[in-house]
Amino acid sequence: MSKMKVAILGSGNIGTDLMMKLERSDILQLTTVIGIDPESDGLRRAKEHGYEAISTGIEGFLERPELADIVFDATSAKAHLRHAKLLEEAGKIVLDLTPAAIGSLVVPPVNLGEHLDQTNVNLITCGGQATIPIVHAINRVSPVSYAEIVATISSKSAGPGTRANIDEFTQTTSRGIEVIGGAKKGKAIIILNPAEPPILMRDTVHALVEEGMMNESEVTQSIIDMVNTVQSYVPGYRLRTEPIFEGNRVTVFLEVEGAGDYLPKYSGNLDIMTAAAVKVAEELAKHQMAHKVV
Amino acid sequence: MTKQRDIYLTEVALRDGSHAIAHQYTVEQVLAVAKGLNDANVPYIEVAHGDGLAGSSLQYGLSRTNEFELIEAAVSVCDQTKVAVLLLPGIGTVKELQQAADLGAKMARIATHVTEADVSAQHIYKSKELGLETVGFLMMSHMAPVEKLVEQAKLMESYGADIVYAVDSAGALLPHQVKERIKALKQSLSVEIGFHAHNNLSLAMANTLVAIEEGATRIDGSVRCLGAGAGNTQTEVLVAVLDRLGIETGVDLYKMMDIAEDIVTPILQVPQEITRDSLVLGYAGVYSSFQLHAQRAAKKFGIDSRDILIELGKRRVVGGQEDMIVDVAAEIAKKRQEVAVR
Repeated sequence: MSKMKVAILGSGNIGTDLMMKLERSDILQLTTVIGIDPESDGLRRAKEHGYEAISTGIEGFLERPELADIVFDATSAKAHLRHAKLLEEAGKIVLDLTPAAIGSLVVPPVNLGEHLDQTNVNLITCGGQATIPIVHAINRVSPVSYAEIVATISSKSAGPGTRANIDEFTQTTSRGIEVIGGAKKGKAIIILNPAEPPILMRDTVHALVEEGMMNESEVTQSIIDMVNTVQSYVPGYRLRTEPIFEGNRVTVFLEVEGAGDYLPKYSGNLDIMTAAAVKVAEELAKHQMAHKVV
Repeated sequence: MTKQRDIYLTEVALRDGSHAIAHQYTVEQVLAVAKGLNDANVPYIEVAHGDGLAGSSLQYGLSRTNEFELIEAAVSVCDQTKVAVLLLPGIGTVKELQQAADLGAKMARIATHVTEADVSAQHIYKSKELGLETVGFLMMSHMAPVEKLVEQAKLMESYGADIVYAVDSAGALLPHQVKERIKALKQSLSVEIGFHAHNNLSLAMANTLVAIEEGATRIDGSVRCLGAGAGNTQTEVLVAVLDRLGIETGVDLYKMMDIAEDIVTPILQVPQEITRDSLVLGYAGVYSSFQLHAQRAAKKFGIDSRDILIELGKRRVVGGQEDMIVDVAAEIAKKRQEVAVR
């Protein structure tokens, strides 16, 4: 099967982790890593691995647009606003890992199928990727009137972008809980914990279902099924304990251990983003290729 | 009424006290307390959910009354006292800050864990832009070495904070630790320094006096100790003690005592005292608002709430991680069961 050519925009932690994950893809062919610092660890590694390493940013890539059809943007929300426009003009499909959220919000096991023709897809936030599948899993059995998620990540895994824009995390995640998770109302909380050694990413989902609509056994089964689905692309994603029920309320405790590709294993929050991005790109690529054959 | 004040008190019962009564404040209660504090010439009162703006949640407890109604009520009866709000980045956003300012809040206290000051930049900028007096509030300050606290305080100062507080959220600091912290902050920062105590180890008053000796000029208290855990430095007592020391707070002592006795005491569901759980909060260094949550979890899983709190302390859990309480309780209960089966 032929592969679709992809490029990574951004040579930081996320970009480099993506690079390592893309090496394993049967569907995507990484050709290019784009950065702005020729001395960066990411660009150095890209060169070592035999990829085109462009150090002149997006302009450098746009001089050679044939290098890739899909571009992962792992820069920042602000930079993405500019990149999105340029890449759209160049006819590229863009996977946005920043919290810019200008494209369709996607959580692979929930709504990917609806967005296979999109040219700009946003991965929401790490907390969203970890919890929205669970909100959806509850909602498909017992309608969720309110869902609230608490994402706790190690201080070390929260980069300067997350820290400077923590409001965007809570706002974009709440929106995702409602629009994709299906909750009537959503709320998100993020907590940074500086403990050493760093803690794994933890996520808690508190949900209220409509009065009298709680089906405990089916909700539990639906959650377990969903965890298995997410595990297929994020192996370190797991339930910490059985869901806890109290009347029309259910609480679900999750933990995300990273794959330890480039980022340390405690950075489950970053791993779930890169893993989800690769998953989405693979599905988009399959769709595109099938489309072309027809 | 404009006496020269040596120390500016902030009464936190209408925010920190919200934890102690499971966020059940009514508009009538807030009107009565705020009016009393205004008459007693308390310079600042803080009003919000215990976990700050937008804290109403399943994680921390749902507010009985929308906090913006409470803020509006407090503002409506204050003609000399300024209403302050608390905001924890990660929970509340600049949107709620704007809303509070629109309702007449005059001070915003932006709170982060002691090592995470950089998440407060956008909120401190916004608060200043809204024309609010802005406080950087470094919580759980017992969990970091003095140098780290100073470094983080300087960050908040650099974002524009007018005042930076060392906050003893767990009531775990000992007097000599308060002394070295406030002293270092005074030496390294040019803004005013504040201190917020909890009385879990019966040290709130002693620690507050040490902080004042070292140059802190902004001090928090809660009337009748109406704050999380065993409460804060008891405001009416502090006013009396400072008066004896010749330190002017500008607050009317008799009126303060009357608010405590006549208005606040009836609000308390149980008297605020140092119980075994609040003692353990201070002893284990755990966020004071965990107390009621730990008691509920202990009941649900049939275990001792002290075991939960001690374990949380060992894991270096930070403020806001209330979900860890049930998680840890479930784990302890499960382990006990396994041992029993063997």
